[in-house]
Amino acid sequence: MGKTLFEKIWDQHIVKIIDNGPVVLYIDKHLIHEVTSPQAFNGMNKRGIKVFRPLQTIATADHNVPTINQHLPIKDEMGRKQVDALIANCANHGVDLFGLGHPYQGIVHVIGPELGLTQPGMTIVCGDSHTSTHGAFGSIAFGIGTSEVEMVLSTQCLLQSKPKLMRINVDGALNKGVVSKDIVLYILSKISASGATGYAVEFAGTTIQSLSMEARMTICNMSIEMGGRCGLIAPDQTTFDYIEGRKFAPQRDEWDKKLIQWKLLYSDADAMFDKEYHFNAADIEPMITYGTNPGMGIPITGVIPTETTIHQNDHTGLQKSLAYMGLQQSNPIKGQKVDYVFIGSCTNSRIEDLRMVASFINGKQKAPDVEVWIVPGSKQVEAQAKAEGLDKVFEAAGFMLRQPGCSACLGMNEDKIPTGKYCISTSNRNFEGRQGAGARTLLASPLSAAAAAITGVVTDVRELLN
Amino acid sequence: MAKKLEIIHSTFVPLPIENVDTDQIIPARFLKATTKDGFGKNLFRDWRYNNDDEAQPKNDFVLNQPMFRGEILIAAKNFGCGSSREHAAWAISDYGFRVVVSSFFADIFKNNALNNGLLPVTVSEVFLQKIFQQNADTTLTVNLALQSITIDATAESERFDINSYKKTCLLNGYDDIDYLLSIKSEIEKFEIA
Repeated sequence: MGKTLFEKIWDQHIVKIIDNGPVVLYIDKHLIHEVTSPQAFNGMNKRGIKVFRPLQTIATADHNVPTINQHLPIKDEMGRKQVDALIANCANHGVDLFGLGHPYQGIVHVIGPELGLTQPGMTIVCGDSHTSTHGAFGSIAFGIGTSEVEMVLSTQCLLQSKPKLMRINVDGALNKGVVSKDIVLYILSKISASGATGYAVEFAGTTIQSLSMEARMTICNMSIEMGGRCGLIAPDQTTFDYIEGRKFAPQRDEWDKKLIQWKLLYSDADAMFDKEYHFNAADIEPMITYGTNPGMGIPITGVIPTETTIHQNDHTGLQKSLAYMGLQQSNPIKGQKVDYVFIGSCTNSRIEDLRMVASFINGKQKAPDVEVWIVPGSKQVEAQAKAEGLDKVFEAAGFMLRQPGCSACLGMNEDKIPTGKYCISTSNRNFEGRQGAGARTLLASPLSAAAAAITGVVTDVRELLN
Repeated sequence: MAKKLEIIHSTFVPLPIENVDTDQIIPARFLKATTKDGFGKNLFRDWRYNNDDEAQPKNDFVLNQPMFRGEILIAAKNFGCGSSREHAAWAISDYGFRVVVSSFFADIFKNNALNNGLLPVTVSEVFLQKIFQQNADTTLTVNLALQSITIDATAESERFDINSYKKTCLLNGYDDIDYLLSIKSEIEKFEIA
C-alpha cells in the first residue's frame, strides 16, 4: 500500500517508537516568540540546560508588540518585560532573534516562509496554533504548548501520537470575487469547527493546485480552526519557485539535492485516508462569519441559520453566539453596519493580500465612520508594499498602514476593537472577546473586508467588481 | 516533576457549553506573564465578571455559584479548541481542578493538560449527559490506574482511554522532558543517520 504525504514525512522523523505510547518525533525547525517561550526558558534555566540545537530555532517578537511607533520603548510594562525576556533568553542560548527594529521582524508564520526557513518535508513547530500555515509547503507543521516548547528547545524532539488522516479535495475554477479565504471559510462552514479534530488534513484538487503560495498558506493556516492537528499541501513547481533564492533556502548543489527529495513528497495513488471530502469550487461564494466560532460562516448573500438549519455541531451554541454578536436568526448579513476593518494577521497579511486590497480600492474612499487598519505581516511585506507604492493607495483611501505584528487578531497589544463594535476582519478567529472584550468579529477575505471599508456595511464584493 | 495523580474523588463543576475555546478559558490580555503562576484568578475571566470587574460577578456563571465546587470540571464537546496557549491548562489547574471531563477535547489542549498533571477524561456523550443531570452534591470518582470514572450516587461507571506511557507519567509524576533528556544519545544518533 502506498503512503500519504503526511506518512512519508512522519516516518522519516521517527527517532523511536514507545510501546503502546507515542513516538519520539524529531523536529527540524522551531519558531519561537515572546508570549509562549519565557516559561520554557525558565524551566531550562532551572534544570541548568542550554538549547540543544540553537541553529534550528528562530525567534521573533510579534504577539504583543505595538503596531505604531515601534522605534519607541513598549509602553505596556508587562509586554515590554516579555519582549526583554525573549531578547535575554535568545542571547543566553545563542538563538537568532529577528526582534523589533530588525528588517526580518514580523508575524512568525509570515517570516518563516518569506525567509525560506520553511521547506517541504520538514517537521516545524511553534508555540502557536497557526503553525499549521507552514504546511502549505508540504511540511508537517503544528502548534504546541509551552511545555512542548521546552522539550524541543531541550532535545529537538517531541512525544507525539500519530493523528488520523483526512483529505479535503477542492476542484474546478473559482468564481469571480472568490479567493482562498472564502475556500477555507466554506470548508469550515461544511465540516464545522471540530470537523477535523484528531486529523492531519491534506488539501488537494485542481483548485488548490492552482493557488499561489500565499493563498495556500491562508488555507493551511485555518486548518486548526477545523480542529486539524495540521494542514498540508503537496509541494509542486509553485512551491519550488517561491522558495528558490530566499535568504535561508538551500543554495546551488544543496538546492538540486533537495529538489529531488521534495519531488517525492505527494500522496501515492493507492494511499489510504481515514476520511475524505470533495467540494466544487463553483459552489463557493464570498463567505463571511456571523457567529463566535470560525465554522459559523455563510455565503455573503445568505441568511443567518436557525437552530434547525445550522450544522449539528453548532446547534446548542447558536443562541448564545447570536446574543453576543447582536444578530438575529434568519436575517441576511449583507448590509450589516461595520465600525472597524482589520486587514492583517498570519492568515491574510502577505504582500499578495495587500496588493489585492490596493488594486480593489485604488481611486475609492473609505466610508467616513469606519476605521481601517492594515497591518502588514512583516517588515519585508511593509517594505515591499512601500516600494510598490501601495502605501500611497491606502493613504489616499483613508486606510491606515501600521507596522508589523499580530495586532487586532488577538488584541494582546493596544489594537483592540471596543465593546459592542463590529469589525470585519481578515484574521482567523471570531471567538468572544478575541479582538477585545465585547468586540464582534466578522471573518472574511481581504477583498470582502476592503469592500466593507468602502461602503461601511457588509457588502457583496462582486457588486463592486467590473 | 509534576504532581502525582491516582484517584480523584470529588464533587464537580458543570460547564455544559460546547466549543469552549482557550480565549474564553484565559483571554489573551492575561498572557503577558513570564511565569506559570497565578492564572487561576483569571480563569474564564470574561464569563465570570461584568466589565472586567471582580466586584461585579456574573451570578449565572457556574464558577460564581457556591453550590458548585470540586476538583473535577465537566465540559461539553470540543473543549479547549483554538489557541495553543498552555496558559489555559495552567489556569484550570491553578484554580484547583485536577480532572477535566468532556466527550471530546481539542488536540493541543489535551497535550497541554497532560503535560501539567491535569487529567483529560474523554467519556461518551451519553455518559457526559448523565453527569450533567446529577445534583450538585453528587461525587464522582476518577481512578487513573483502572481508567474508570464513576458517578458515586448511582454507581454508573465508564472506562476511558489513555495511552500507557502517559498513564505511567501521571501516576508517577514524571514528565516528557525527563524522558526525552534521558534518550539524548539516541537523538544524536538519529541526527547523524
